[in-house]
Amino acid sequence: MSISRRTLLRNTAALGAFAGAGLPHIWIKNADLAYAAGGEIKVGVLFSLTGTTAIIEESLNKATLLAIEEINAAGGIKGSKIVPIVEDPASDPATFSEKARKLVVGDKCVSVFGSYTSASRKAVLPVFERQNNLYWYPTLYEGRECSKNVIYTGAVPNQQQDEFVPWLVKKFGKKFYLIGSNYIYPKEENNYCKKLLEKLGGEVVAEEYVPLGHSEFSSVINKIRATQPNVIFSTVVGDSVVALHRQYKAAGLDPEKMPMASLTTSENEVAAMGGEAAAGHFTSAPYFMVHKSPENEKFVEAYKKRWGADKVTHFVSEACYFQTYLFKQAVEKLATSDLTPPNIRDAVKGEGMIAPQGKVQIEPDNLHTWLWPKIAQAKSNGQFEILVEAKDWLKPVPYAAYPGQSCTEKGLVEKS
Amino acid sequence: MDQFIEQIVTGLSIGSILLLVALGLSIIYGSMGIINLAHGEFVMLGAYAAWVFHTYLGLGLLASLLPIFLVVATFGWVIERYVLSLLNNRPLDTILATWGVGIMLQQAVRLMVGSELRYVQLPPALSDSMDVFGIPISSYRVFLFVVSITLFGATWVLMNRTTVGMKLRAIIQDRSVAASFGINAKRVYALTFAYGAGLAGLAGALVSPLKSVSPDMGTGYVVDAFMVVVLGGVQSLAGTVASAFILGELSGGIAFLQNDTVAKAIVLLAIVVLIRFRPEGLFTARVRA
Repeated sequence: MSISRRTLLRNTAALGAFAGAGLPHIWIKNADLAYAAGGEIKVGVLFSLTGTTAIIEESLNKATLLAIEEINAAGGIKGSKIVPIVEDPASDPATFSEKARKLVVGDKCVSVFGSYTSASRKAVLPVFERQNNLYWYPTLYEGRECSKNVIYTGAVPNQQQDEFVPWLVKKFGKKFYLIGSNYIYPKEENNYCKKLLEKLGGEVVAEEYVPLGHSEFSSVINKIRATQPNVIFSTVVGDSVVALHRQYKAAGLDPEKMPMASLTTSENEVAAMGGEAAAGHFTSAPYFMVHKSPENEKFVEAYKKRWGADKVTHFVSEACYFQTYLFKQAVEKLATSDLTPPNIRDAVKGEGMIAPQGKVQIEPDNLHTWLWPKIAQAKSNGQFEILVEAKDWLKPVPYAAYPGQSCTEKGLVEKS
Repeated sequence: MDQFIEQIVTGLSIGSILLLVALGLSIIYGSMGIINLAHGEFVMLGAYAAWVFHTYLGLGLLASLLPIFLVVATFGWVIERYVLSLLNNRPLDTILATWGVGIMLQQAVRLMVGSELRYVQLPPALSDSMDVFGIPISSYRVFLFVVSITLFGATWVLMNRTTVGMKLRAIIQDRSVAASFGINAKRVYALTFAYGAGLAGLAGALVSPLKSVSPDMGTGYVVDAFMVVVLGGVQSLAGTVASAFILGELSGGIAFLQNDTVAKAIVLLAIVVLIRFRPEGLFTARVRA
């Protein structure tokens, strides 16, 4: 029997159709099994435990693990345990990218919690977008990003500055000295600050950036003396914050006349610089350790019990904590067979909870979070005193400084 | 005019901190010829020692300076005796060995006390500011200036007016001849290295109330220290002093006129250009073949 060319073609086409329809089905089924195999849901935890930013990222790792342990102790998610796979990216963006690939492709994690710096988030972004996985980013950041594969639970510039800058102008005056570390975050924050000041009739007497890790601020202090600003608006990060505050204090400058207003100084930095150097300066953030709420009391107590009585919680570790619970809520909404990163992303849209700072919610349009801005003053006991609490929560606007652009469910939209 | 004087005073202060950090390296690298990449970690150990003495023993910074010197000097002695001297202090091998020792010290501190920033209290008596030529400046910075000059003086006397110093200079000239005159080269090397390490530890403890304390704080200091020593000229203590203050004034001044990022770049560029035309540094008069 001979096979005519026509039948061969037809058979081949049929086989192709079978392969096209059938095989992906098998693959998806396998993927399902992998994401929730044996009553375990694997997630990645990607915070640096060594290197320069380990100073702060260690506490983020701890807050995330605490939330996971609590969820598991309360029975897990619909009977499945969350299994955290902890990797140490060593404060190095290239290592972040490599470890993210390992967690997503190798370990088949259904989500990854991680990153403190913008550099490390930008480094892992291609991995999550290409694999269509989901990254949970807890840090306040500069905005201007619109990824469908990242859930942003930290504040963006409008949530830290919309209340803060007018308050500062009213209370202290219009002359601002902008100082930041030399990378993208401080530049974008200052960019937004300048826009706000322009509207308020404020004046920028200097805009200055110091190298990351810089610790000698005496020339900066001379310039501050020479320009006599009303407010020193600081986006200096890491150990430089500590050096700046201490040298400000040692030089005999007075926070009552010329306070530093920071977007980055948390309880963590205050503990390192000592209360006497921090006292009198201001920070704007959605969360402070002293915030009074039953949820926060529970969080602070659990954190100290798990990691040590001398440990502090701060606005990034709080976001780590509540975003893990949002993850749980999203997974609970899905059938086990539907458990994939894109489905979790869709399930978390509009999802809310009572976090330690107040009620938070994921904005469906841009996957950022509705938060409660607060303004607080540092005290010499190392804690803050909350002076202003927003009356209403604030919508995240990641492109606030770029009026023509907005982040929507369809991605970045340019209005003409 | 006021601003000019203010900036000169600031430069002196920055220079004195540079001198403090570089003095230990000037002994170890400048005199012994050992490229000690763990220098920054000795600085870090000193800062952590200050933290430990303060937090666990309740000792103030000034009271713990001598114990800190001894603790870090002991570290230095052990490292010289059991690592470097076994390599016969060969320059290339010691670069690698001290680099490795530095990483181990960093990670050991990280494992033992964690990687968060630590707090060392500014001595309360020195926490105010005072007027120098009508310029308000931190009392603690004035104190650091005095200490760094004193330590330089002590080191100069030790090198030039004591038996140990003379022996060391003899060994540097010619080790085998010195040994044949009965000088125990091994012992003198170990002591010198320990002294240099102790000075680095002191520097770390002294700068910690103005800056911050973390396991990797040494990385920045080791670069500063090498810049000072290389610019000043190896084997020249006085050169180290001069170059510390030149660099202090230069980086302070440029930072005032421009900003710290530019200052850092220009200072490094200036050093690169200078050692291209004067590889022996600014202040070494004689260069031995």
